[in-house]
Amino acid sequence: MNNVAENLISIEDVRVEYSSGRSLFASGRTVRAVDGVSLEIKRGETLGLVGESGCGKSTLGRAVLRLTEPTAGRVMHNGDDLSSLQPEAMRRRRRQLQMIFQDPYSSLNPLMTAGQIIGEPLKTFDLASGKDRVQTLMETVGLDRRFIDRRPREFSGGQRQRIGIARVLAAEPEFIVADEPISALDVSIQAQILNLMRRLQKEHGLTYLFISHDLRAVRHIADRVAVMYLGRIVELADTKEIYRDPLMPYTRALFSSIPVADPVIERKRERIILRGDVPSPLAPPSGCHFHTRCPFAIAECSRIEPKLVEIKPGHTSACIRISREHPHIEQNAANGLGDLMQ
Amino acid sequence: MNSVATILSVRGLTTHFNTAEGVVKAVDDVSFDLKRGETLGIVGESGSGKSVTSLSLMRLVPESSGEIVFDGGDVNAMSENDVRRIRGRRMAMIFQDPMSSLNPFLKVSTQLSEITRLHLGLDRKQSREHALTMLETVGIPDAASRLDSYPHEMSGGMRQRVMIAMALSCEPELLIADEPTTALDVTIQAQILELIRDLTAKMNTSVILITHDLGVLAGIADKVIVMYAGRVFEQAPAVELFGRSANPYTRGLLKSTPGIADDSDGDLYQIPGMPPDAANLPPGCPFAERCERAADICGDQPPPFVQVSEGHFSLCHFAGEIYAEATH
Repeated sequence: MNNVAENLISIEDVRVEYSSGRSLFASGRTVRAVDGVSLEIKRGETLGLVGESGCGKSTLGRAVLRLTEPTAGRVMHNGDDLSSLQPEAMRRRRRQLQMIFQDPYSSLNPLMTAGQIIGEPLKTFDLASGKDRVQTLMETVGLDRRFIDRRPREFSGGQRQRIGIARVLAAEPEFIVADEPISALDVSIQAQILNLMRRLQKEHGLTYLFISHDLRAVRHIADRVAVMYLGRIVELADTKEIYRDPLMPYTRALFSSIPVADPVIERKRERIILRGDVPSPLAPPSGCHFHTRCPFAIAECSRIEPKLVEIKPGHTSACIRISREHPHIEQNAANGLGDLMQ
Repeated sequence: MNSVATILSVRGLTTHFNTAEGVVKAVDDVSFDLKRGETLGIVGESGSGKSVTSLSLMRLVPESSGEIVFDGGDVNAMSENDVRRIRGRRMAMIFQDPMSSLNPFLKVSTQLSEITRLHLGLDRKQSREHALTMLETVGIPDAASRLDSYPHEMSGGMRQRVMIAMALSCEPELLIADEPTTALDVTIQAQILELIRDLTAKMNTSVILITHDLGVLAGIADKVIVMYAGRVFEQAPAVELFGRSANPYTRGLLKSTPGIADDSDGDLYQIPGMPPDAANLPPGCPFAERCERAADICGDQPPPFVQVSEGHFSLCHFAGEIYAEATH
């Protein structure tokens, strides 16, 4: 197995549970924010992680970096189990594992200058520091080097996100979790940040876990995409493949909801409009978590937990109504196929 | 022009704010007509003036100039009392964040019946029945049991449905929706847009939908206004605007939005720089600094608002040429 060489990060059956509503008098209930997720992230790739709010994608991102301790399972980085690292070893390891946050307003210390913010990791990790190094980093991310003494409030949202990226870059990481890095930005600025991230990936050999609810941005930046619903991965495939041929009904509904900036297409388009809201993660539905909203659900869907199965080469999906022989659920439903096919 | 069909006619709407940094021209000379049953989309980035435009139409800003002729009467010339009689009843508004527009201490039924008791003179029992009907109309499952819920007991999508129920309670002739789906997930966004489209079609309500997402407008708008730095940069029937834009800013926005069928691996088109400071606009075109088309004239002289075809206007020195080049 050449796992170590090819996979930079291996997420193995990771669970994150919170107890909710616990008080002096009540034991509370358990929320399974991440419910047994396994994923491999290859060196140099961008894995897109998509899903709606509350699906657990941000919690998973934090668990991968041990910013939230997983309740069970493990995360391997370069073959080492991160949770077995001693605090000092983990502290050193953090240099290679960094995070870009959504909100460039609250993630920068307002009292520090841009130069201090970007220079901080250089000190923390004993890297070559100094004004020159900081200004080089500023130019790398497209900031004017003269702005080194300005404070966050003097920058626009897009510029602040550039400061956040420069700070991450200062640590010379190999793996970055980017959690909704463009969601707080204006449309014309989003493209600038996406292009910057792609350029930095090429120049510095970075590996990204790109978490977003913006399916159009993910389409552009990710090599592979994992779809998450109520704590579980429900589909995983190469980006082009999954956008062209989404298989699991939730993925199909999700992708069909993306608005397209073309009225001619929009008016002809068949959209799968889901009934109802995402159920509470406190009490996820039995069996397939999606069966309560699924237009194709049958009785078995509420009893059987579907496993991720390779339906097409490199394309895995969790749905008991599809199989290698019959990958397309609409045809299966029309032909009365798909009951307990696995 | 058929004046019977026009419900709203806006001419030279201008809203300026005096700030410590100087006069901010939040909305500068906006004009458009809206017919009954028609949907107008207003798109722009933060600070473009799209939200202040909507607030100005409802007279929810301290001061604005220009005409806002709603069904024959100029809202800007009315007494506060007359405006109050129209607002909520004939012109209604929904906002981005339903949690902050609903009163957290009052039951949904109380908030819904307040409007119909005030505007339609319904009594307690009638207004409660009406509230139930409205919740059913907007597709809230098990509406009867939801009637006495508080907003915090509902999901974001559900709360936005309640907002729509409130806004449509008096069957208004004009619905202004300011980023109604921005805080929602895409599958819920699709539900809410479909709901707005269906209900307003049934009631023949005119809609002004304000958004930062051109994609949202493609499926719902009959015509579109693109705003930048307080100005209307382009105004056109939706199919024209998306298919044959005559404005460099609109074209840049369209190009920089990644498509979902786009298999190209290259960089996204990006508009360089960032929007200008609204308190300190340049003498010429406010987009000139970021525009790939810009010539000397753009920095010095304000651009003209050029008509390039029926109902299609562009604020650009080169509007005619760009339109001619964009044959498809």
